[in-house]
Amino acid sequence: MRVWYFSEMAYHPSWDEGMKRGSLRVEFPSENVDPDVAHKLLHRYFDEFAACDDAGLDIMVNEHHATATCMTISVPMALSVIARETKKARLLALGNPIANRPDPVRVAEEMAWLDVLSGGRLEMGLVKGAPYEIHPANANPARLMRRYWEAHDLIIKAMSTTDGPFSWEGEYFQYRKVNIWPRPIQQPTPPVWMTGLSTASGVMAAERGHVIATLLAGSVAKPMFDAYRGRARELGWEAGPDRFAFAACIGVGETRAEGLRRADQVADYVRTAGIVAEPYTNPPGYNSTMSNVSMLKGATNSLVKDQQGNPVDARTATVEQFLASDTVFAGTPDDVYEQIKAFNDRVGGFGHLLFFGQGGHLSHADTMDNIRLFGKEVMPRLKELNPEPARTAAAE
Amino acid sequence: MAKITVSGVDLEIEERGAGQPLLFLHAGEGLWADRPWLDLLAQRFRVIAPAHPGWGGSALPDWVGTVDDLAYLYLDLAQRMNLKDAVLVGSCFGGWIAAEMAVRNTNAFAKIVLTAPLGIKVGGRDERDITDMHSLSRQAYLDKAWANPKRDPFDPKKLSDDELQGIVQGREALALFGWKPYMHNPRLKRWLHRINKPTLMLWGANDGIVTPTYGKAWAAEIPGAAFETIDDCGHYPAWEQAEAFAEHVTDFAS
Repeated sequence: MRVWYFSEMAYHPSWDEGMKRGSLRVEFPSENVDPDVAHKLLHRYFDEFAACDDAGLDIMVNEHHATATCMTISVPMALSVIARETKKARLLALGNPIANRPDPVRVAEEMAWLDVLSGGRLEMGLVKGAPYEIHPANANPARLMRRYWEAHDLIIKAMSTTDGPFSWEGEYFQYRKVNIWPRPIQQPTPPVWMTGLSTASGVMAAERGHVIATLLAGSVAKPMFDAYRGRARELGWEAGPDRFAFAACIGVGETRAEGLRRADQVADYVRTAGIVAEPYTNPPGYNSTMSNVSMLKGATNSLVKDQQGNPVDARTATVEQFLASDTVFAGTPDDVYEQIKAFNDRVGGFGHLLFFGQGGHLSHADTMDNIRLFGKEVMPRLKELNPEPARTAAAE
Repeated sequence: MAKITVSGVDLEIEERGAGQPLLFLHAGEGLWADRPWLDLLAQRFRVIAPAHPGWGGSALPDWVGTVDDLAYLYLDLAQRMNLKDAVLVGSCFGGWIAAEMAVRNTNAFAKIVLTAPLGIKVGGRDERDITDMHSLSRQAYLDKAWANPKRDPFDPKKLSDDELQGIVQGREALALFGWKPYMHNPRLKRWLHRINKPTLMLWGANDGIVTPTYGKAWAAEIPGAAFETIDDCGHYPAWEQAEAFAEHVTDFAS
């Protein structure tokens, strides 16, 4: 198993104010961020990423916009810094919100360049993005996935074509001369990842052979992984654990209490993620027709459920409730290993753990110790669990 | 409702009444043929009211994606139904479609009524002409769209799954056609002078989605256009003041 440390580089000093206003995103004015404080925080967070290299962990970065929950506004910018500060860690861009990007060739250039800069350490996530990213990008939510797939196909072709230029006259994107310099080290492309929450996403990823990542709960992961495995089998191949990634908030401590305390603070990532004004939660076209029909009928079907199937309110759950829903793994190194192993068995095997290790209020000292302890005490045992096959540069 | 295929698009069409044909193009919120407005109009006109592609039971083929497509589709429908001296009425998003038709070809129509149409840009680049309905909570939207939001009859509990599906798909279609630029065509205003049939701009006095001031800017671009308002009425005169709406349309068409 590979483990990818991840932090959203939160701007938590203004969370209380944002919560009072009912939205940490989109509508929360930027007068609520002090750029000097942000400067110090960004450098602190990059120090934490850099520590992963020595701890034997890989690194993941994502991006959000117009929000106090995440100051990473550009995956390639953040990974450029990290690529220079690390030597061994693989670098996961999870990801590029390509349905919201006006220029997919630029995305292909950035990813190819990062692969060259990092010496072939890049893993390339091409993601749909969260619903509340639609407004800041002013992307049309209707036919979002149609635009996504055109951008996806263009990016893959741009990165893997070495005898260009080629032209592209699609429904959404038009180019005269596509010719990426420098081209990526990993040919035809770095490994491709997608994200999702539904079985439909699992099926779509299986059809391309991409890695699929999800988060929040075992109740989300299991059906999606099963759908992927089922579709792969229909298509004549067996999907191994290396096709599956799961993100969890993790707190490791010398004592169980210390691990739980750390995980509790990291879990603020989950608690704050959904604090966003109503109109940005479900732009028309983003969610499926049938899920919208259920919502109109008043269904409040929580995605996050504990292992017994009881709904868990992600905004207010305690760390114990999150442990029961696999949102959190926490405690001593032994505890955390056993929890991950049990989760692995429940979901039928997964090969990538996305380690949410900083959730705003967790201090620098705690974050560094969380990384160190995980790397030293948990990571070596996880390597034996679902040992990684030879890296495949995905996408045919 | 009848089904008819026009230019490869399967449309669901409500047709009621007899006499002078009236092609009604509904608002972004949907057709709502069971509300009183349609029967009131049908007392005087042969009302032809399609559900736009994507709304209700009308199909949205992959290749349909712009308001231009809808304008040509309904011009084809008018020709297919052999409409002559018809009244063209469009409300809200349907008013935008009607205007796009009218700048192209008005042969089938004797008169045109645009009820609080979306579709043009009149203010500066940092001013909003059209309320961003998709940045409001449902309640805040209703407060702007209705003079009295309690009159909104929408109740999802009274609707079948099929009807709810039509509503959900209509909401997605409205986004498809109007998300960016938001609910307007930057080039349309310049061509409104081509509308060469008597035109009534009809507005709810309390419209908080597009204000009567925006309506007067529309009227100024269309040669000889009349401008009338309905009191105690928001963005949807056909629903909020159905009788007054039907009277204004009937008086103008006569």
